[in-house]
Amino acid sequence: MNQFIELLVGGLSLGCIDALIALGFVVVFKATRVVNFAYGSLLLLGAYLIGRYHDSLGFLVAVLVAVVVTAAVAGFIGLFVLRRLRLADPGTLTIVTLGVDIVMATELTRRIGTDLLTPGDPWGAGVLTIGGVHVPQTRIAAAAVAVVLVAAFLVVLKTTDWGIATRASAERSQTAMLMGIRPSRVVGGVWLLTGALAAVAGLFFTAFPAAGISGTVGQAALGAAVPAAVLGGLDSTTGALVGGLAVGLTATFAAGYQEHLLFLGRGFGTVAPYVVMMLVLLARPAGLFGSREINRV
Amino acid sequence: MSDAGRSRRLVRPLFWLTVTVLAIAAPLSLTSFWLQTGLFAMAAAIGAIGLTLLVGVTGQLSLGHAFFVAIGAFGYAFLAGSSDRHLVGFHLPPALAAVGAVALAAGAGALFSPIAGRLRGIYLGLASLGLVFLGQHILYNAAPVTGGYNGRDVAPFELFGFSFTSTNPELSIFRVPYGALERLWYLGLVLVVVGYWYARNVTNGRPGRALVGVRDSEIAAGVMGVNVARYKAAAFTVSSAYAGLAGVLLALAFGRIVPDSFGFVLSIDFLAMIILGGLGSFGGAIAGAVLVTALPLVLSHYSDSIPFLAAPGESGVGAAELARLMYGAAVVAVLLFAPGGLKPLLRLYPLVQKEPSYEPKSPGPGSSAVPGPDRVQQGNAQQPTNG
Repeated sequence: MNQFIELLVGGLSLGCIDALIALGFVVVFKATRVVNFAYGSLLLLGAYLIGRYHDSLGFLVAVLVAVVVTAAVAGFIGLFVLRRLRLADPGTLTIVTLGVDIVMATELTRRIGTDLLTPGDPWGAGVLTIGGVHVPQTRIAAAAVAVVLVAAFLVVLKTTDWGIATRASAERSQTAMLMGIRPSRVVGGVWLLTGALAAVAGLFFTAFPAAGISGTVGQAALGAAVPAAVLGGLDSTTGALVGGLAVGLTATFAAGYQEHLLFLGRGFGTVAPYVVMMLVLLARPAGLFGSREINRV
Repeated sequence: MSDAGRSRRLVRPLFWLTVTVLAIAAPLSLTSFWLQTGLFAMAAAIGAIGLTLLVGVTGQLSLGHAFFVAIGAFGYAFLAGSSDRHLVGFHLPPALAAVGAVALAAGAGALFSPIAGRLRGIYLGLASLGLVFLGQHILYNAAPVTGGYNGRDVAPFELFGFSFTSTNPELSIFRVPYGALERLWYLGLVLVVVGYWYARNVTNGRPGRALVGVRDSEIAAGVMGVNVARYKAAAFTVSSAYAGLAGVLLALAFGRIVPDSFGFVLSIDFLAMIILGGLGSFGGAIAGAVLVTALPLVLSHYSDSIPFLAAPGESGVGAAELARLMYGAAVVAVLLFAPGGLKPLLRLYPLVQKEPSYEPKSPGPGSSAVPGPDRVQQGNAQQPTNG
């Protein structure tokens, strides 16, 4: 029973990180219909900057620098992509982000090389024990930060002008443009946001108990974002949060009860979210909360 | 027919005749490095043709191609290999094993089709991405079949007693001894040509029109009597069979295969190939496959003589990294600035239009990005519709 509770808490806290990752992934898709495959590399960029500069700048400044730089890079990609947005369909742009991802991931992996980078967060390897349940302190911080960021994001989306403009153009971009909403502001803002979220998520994704910052982090993050976003529904922020939690719980439980799942092979925890994703897709082809495509003839 | 038209008609067959002669004569003079590179490129070309059929022609985005390539490669190694203390093998005749491996890959594609038939656009792409991760997991864990992390050796190929990977029977042409690589070269060449021919026939006929219909509008295709789900599933199955064949050839070229070679990166590489080639064109897919496969190998082969490249272990940009940077940038550049891909650049002359003259002029490479009637006629429009 104790193991169950520990896994539940661990899964939920990991789920918060996954939800944060999935949210950044979904925001761009919701607003622009582009799947951002460079997201893993953006997250790696954020983590790399924190890992490289936390010694010389101090942790908080390094995080701030990482957030700003990653957001700027993401904004550049978004606006660079946007330049062709009217000519190309979202599928083409999606593949453009794949190309961007190849370039960014190669360069970052080369820069990291064989260095052992850690985010250098103040929580370190500290573990909090409540009633016999052990939780790493970074995970508690991650959960708190994730809740705050998600809440702030939802408030911004609901109340500010920019949020309303974004929701309007996600709903129907042509009509939104006719109403005087500038697509470049919406798209630029969304990409800045995804970059900032990626940097924060990168911090917690690589902090203890994860193994630190290496070239494979980008792919691993994308590997967490995809099932979370897809099983929640690619264009739903609620879906991203639910999907993130589901992925975190699935991965943690599959890893925790590994000895009972040995017939499925070692390390099943890493692919369990994909199995869940496929099963959900079989039943609901647009994910749990995704808007279903309706075709009128 | 004008003079220009006549010279075009002459130039094209001459061009292809030259290519054919060069391809057949190549093993006489090429070193083993180039033969090896060529073999990898041929394997990639077969896979890329299959992916073009799926993504370019039918408009179904797949990021899971590497999974089916892996099934072909490991399927062949498993069916043709022999059992020992750690590994299981069926020890089938190699030709039969190769056919079996292709059938296995096609079967896996067919098994995936309940998902593939239901999903659209990017959801399909991301679901097929899941296949790659699942596939890696299976490859690592099904150790008796795949050899686990260390992989397994690939049984040599032979056909009617003629071995393709050893010197039995002895063979030398113009005093050039024909070893494994030279023999496999011809096998690969034949497979690429047959694969290209088959894909062309599929797309030029009735099924091809149905597939293009599915890409351009599922509803319109359905109204015209095309069974959309069935054609999607069929496209997935055929494309997987191609991937399986690519896997078999790749396994033969490697000699020993490890699961790591068949991950996410390979899927992305395949996508890069068909994009660089211009989505929907088989010749372009082959060109893209040659470029993406050969570039890293050639760069690292000549890294000593390229001044700004760093040696392995040094800091700086190494050969493999430079190759990846170059083709990542190439993917972006091609999509943004030349949506038709490499193929228009390879044409000696603009193609002679086969359509009657109701189309005023041959559409330029840029126009294929715009959906419209010319997209359907041209048949090599650059992008699938995504939902």
